[in-house]
Amino acid sequence: MKLDAKIPAGALPEKWTKYRSTVRLVSPANKRKIDIIVVGTGLAGASAAASLAELGYKVKAFCFQDSPRRAHSIAAQGGINAAKNYQNDGDSVFRLFYDTIKGGDYRAREANVHRLAEVSGSIIDQCVAQGVPFAREYGGLLDNRSFGGTQVSRTFYARGQTGQQLLLGAYSALSRQIEKGQVEMFSRHEMVEVVMVDGKARGIIARDLVSGKLERHSGHAVVIASGGYGNVFYLSTNAMGSNVTAAWKAHKQGALFGNPCFTQIHPTCLPQTGEYQSKLTLMSESLRNDGRVWVPKTKEDAKAIQEGRKKASDIAEADRDYYLERKYPAFGNLVPRDVASRAAKEACDEGRGVAPTGLAVFLDFRDAINRLGKDVISARYGNLFEMYDKITGDNPYETPMKIYPAVHYTMGGLWVDYNLMTTVPGLYAIGEANFSDHGANRLGASALMQGLADGYFVLPYTIGDYLADEIGTGKISTDGDAFVQAEQIVTERQKRLMGIKGKQSVESFHRRLGKIMWEYCGMARNEEGLTKARDMIRALRDEFWSDVRIPGTMEEFNPELDKAGRVADFLELGELMVIDALVRKESCGGHFRLESQTPEGEAKRDDDNFAFVSAWEFNGLEGDPILHQENLEFEAVKLTQRSYK
Amino acid sequence: MGKENIGLTLKVWRQKNEADKGHFETYKLSEVSTHASFLEMIDVLNEQLIVEGKDPVAFDHDCREGICGMCSMYINGRAHGPQSATTTCQLHMRHFNDGETITIEPWRAAPFPVIKDLTVDRSAFDQIMAAGGYVSVNTGNAPDGNAMPIPKEDADEAFNAAACIGCGACVAACKNASAMLFVSAKVSQYALLPQGQPERKERVLKMVAKMDELGFGNCTNTGACEAECPKGISITNIARLNREFLSASLTPGH
Amino acid sequence: MNNLTTLLKSSIGRKLMMALTGLFLVLFLLIHLIGNLQLLIPDGGEAFNIYAHTMGNNPLIQIVSKLNFLFIILHVIYSIWLSRLNKAARPIGYAGKPAQATSTLSSRNMGILGTLILAFLLVHLKGFWYEFKTGADIMMVTYGTETIPDVFPVVATAYSNVWYAAFYVIMMGVVGFHLYHGFQSAFQTLGLGYNKYKKLIQTAGTLFAILVPALFALIPIVMYIQNA
Repeated sequence: MKLDAKIPAGALPEKWTKYRSTVRLVSPANKRKIDIIVVGTGLAGASAAASLAELGYKVKAFCFQDSPRRAHSIAAQGGINAAKNYQNDGDSVFRLFYDTIKGGDYRAREANVHRLAEVSGSIIDQCVAQGVPFAREYGGLLDNRSFGGTQVSRTFYARGQTGQQLLLGAYSALSRQIEKGQVEMFSRHEMVEVVMVDGKARGIIARDLVSGKLERHSGHAVVIASGGYGNVFYLSTNAMGSNVTAAWKAHKQGALFGNPCFTQIHPTCLPQTGEYQSKLTLMSESLRNDGRVWVPKTKEDAKAIQEGRKKASDIAEADRDYYLERKYPAFGNLVPRDVASRAAKEACDEGRGVAPTGLAVFLDFRDAINRLGKDVISARYGNLFEMYDKITGDNPYETPMKIYPAVHYTMGGLWVDYNLMTTVPGLYAIGEANFSDHGANRLGASALMQGLADGYFVLPYTIGDYLADEIGTGKISTDGDAFVQAEQIVTERQKRLMGIKGKQSVESFHRRLGKIMWEYCGMARNEEGLTKARDMIRALRDEFWSDVRIPGTMEEFNPELDKAGRVADFLELGELMVIDALVRKESCGGHFRLESQTPEGEAKRDDDNFAFVSAWEFNGLEGDPILHQENLEFEAVKLTQRSYK
Repeated sequence: MGKENIGLTLKVWRQKNEADKGHFETYKLSEVSTHASFLEMIDVLNEQLIVEGKDPVAFDHDCREGICGMCSMYINGRAHGPQSATTTCQLHMRHFNDGETITIEPWRAAPFPVIKDLTVDRSAFDQIMAAGGYVSVNTGNAPDGNAMPIPKEDADEAFNAAACIGCGACVAACKNASAMLFVSAKVSQYALLPQGQPERKERVLKMVAKMDELGFGNCTNTGACEAECPKGISITNIARLNREFLSASLTPGH
Repeated sequence: MNNLTTLLKSSIGRKLMMALTGLFLVLFLLIHLIGNLQLLIPDGGEAFNIYAHTMGNNPLIQIVSKLNFLFIILHVIYSIWLSRLNKAARPIGYAGKPAQATSTLSSRNMGILGTLILAFLLVHLKGFWYEFKTGADIMMVTYGTETIPDVFPVVATAYSNVWYAAFYVIMMGVVGFHLYHGFQSAFQTLGLGYNKYKKLIQTAGTLFAILVPALFALIPIVMYIQNA
């Protein structure tokens, strides 16, 4: 298989404009005859479904939640970037493009990222027109803030609930199309198989989660917008239901999976408190603007804190190690996410962590409160402090927060070309579900931007290129062999799961998988650990298929069965992530290989050997996946080693 | 700080499906960490039930950080439990006492039929939204984001209303199972913003009509919805909804 | 569609009917109180008798009085209708009872309070309004040139009974609770419960709910003491 990214010719800044004007179109009369399936209703899925429906396509949208409004995009706190330059601080499309490429540690495709920066402004316009209540200044104009250490203020926000407001905007657009009958909505439905006819994606099998019945749905194109796979780590900031199933089924039907090992670990999350822990909660990155990160200088002090013999306030100023400020004087507490996360892990590995588990560092607002006053801090972070208090029972105005890194976002995903089509004709992937724009590390406030860019302003144009050939296809019957077989395969798989009748719960397997992934494929990875992890995952997978216990039946509302299907897929994906991490012997972005570091212990990228996208082809569970490489060529930016010293 | 671990008796509503009559089942849990969230406590119960070969308790949940609006438990007589301005997923066990009996029920309202146990069908809310909870603007039609300044006060107040997470606690808490707080939040958001003006009257008429059609109760202004709303949506919005509706229905041509 | 029909058929329309009829009754209560307070003037009932006579013969007052009955009936019919709809909206109730209330006692029990008030109203009408109109042993009394029925003794006799007087006092408490929620609720339904008005309405409503029933209750108390 030869990978063709289908990047249009021409100079980088003109590629998209030119392409958009020349890409093939489908006439309004023909759009009516075309069905598009959209799986997932987060920012990418909802915006795509709504926009495609507005254009006149017939859309079927699916989500596993009880309402499209609940997709996990809703939990994004910080904001959304756009190169509007409203603050007159010198921002531009090129700067946003450059920051994104550099932030991604030069592992993203230039043309896609440039397009993302180009359409970023339109996203803001669209959302404002929908009635999204962005933060405003007293003059009534939109407010911006600097986010994640960028040098310009280009982040638009709606208090700490930007994702919620943007998603509700997209959901409202979707609702409007549902009312018009242009979108048929299937809530509490999970896509469990892609149906292939003559090498093209022609539909899906979905499980009605309430009745347990399998349904066949046909479409001229299938769009996967099912989000990221961070839940492979069990503990992450993802929602409980976030899963890889739709993307994984696509992968097994022939779609290549890009850069699966690129996961983002967010430095400011609440630490784990016990075995019962089901998820980790993110505290907005903005806290690092005023909070100072530290651990005690000595292990003895740390131990005393861990055992509850000492409090943070008992540690004298001279005995505190503000390690980010010490190691990275230029950026201090505002170093990028991956750097901050790794530094926290190092401090805790040295035995200087501060929670009973030893896995936490302090984020201290004492100095900021002394400098600015409690009122200013409260105005900036009041809701976050309340949330922290609610969850932990500690008051951050009086005692430092305890934070620890947690899995937050997955840059990897289904490999897509410039049109956002996977290697399977007619099968698209948008938003976090694709690999496309963030390289090895995503910048803050860029996930919302990418999801909405794909859904509102990219896919509605690029999908026409494929669908222009489908206008004569006519209605696709779901009675064909392909649909019958696909449904049979799903039924067999579910029967097999139900028939195991073992002793251990699905959750317990998931938890064990998560531990393996976190330990060996988390913040720091090496060959030995990854090799071991691969065997462990395989063994766990075998154990799962012989000893999992799923109560109830297939023909009813059965959340345990749903979960089992998802965990079964995670058990396969986990292995691919480990394999990908093994092959990538360099350190870059969120992927830190212990074998590849500078003498000072910083990440060392290897552009000579690894300036490519790993795109993996499924080759059966017994065989090794096949690696395809998309070489990344950089015209507009010069590759440099990131330095935050 | 109280005890690290507590013992609890749970009285949980069990109902196999919509047609089933349903009943309470009593479970004992020992050694529940006070650091655990309420849903994690239910996870522990379910793990125990699965290992014992019993049917786990079905409940809705997803983000577990208080924003998706999926969790929905009526705990000891209160929607989302005893702590105000908190969703069930963010309620922590330190708010309960050792030896306490906790009664857990689903949201109860005719338009929210029980699917199983504590899981209810809230698609009625989606239907109300589809009836008019949007600004009709196709993608690509938008003027520049700063073309229309909006007074900060209006934007902030619109935001306060827009913070609704659609969990349905207002309906669950209302003695009449009224959905007025939910509807008023969306109507208010758009009534306060210039973008919402062109469809202002039509929107409120359609959304209220849909709300009524779906069988929600009538608001009697008890304020229980506001008290139980995890996002602190104010009943001032209900006053605004009333005003908007009266004005729209008294305007000729609508 | 016909706007007014839409309005009247809607839940908000039903509430509007409750609010408007309720507010009319609130107004009536105030006027009724002003008249009744004349019972306390120590003039052997002259002021009260003249007031009662005027009320009974003024054509405008007669129309208002008929409206008053109509509104009471509408208020009752709508409340029954609303209660039935509200019951249907939650066919299965909750088992859990909150340890801490999230709404006022008044607001949760308007139906019960209203039913009590209706019962009281029937007793009240029978005892006074009906007596005034048809009482066989009502004497005539002459003030200046005018001879009118002397209804004052009917009231005085009634309130000389301690149980009767106590019944009135207690029922005024019930009216107070009903008003405490009803007053504010009516304005909220009319869409006025916002911004600066919200506080004003709350304060006015609370004062009204305390003062008006208290003054009403004062009458039987004073008259009972006077007669004792």
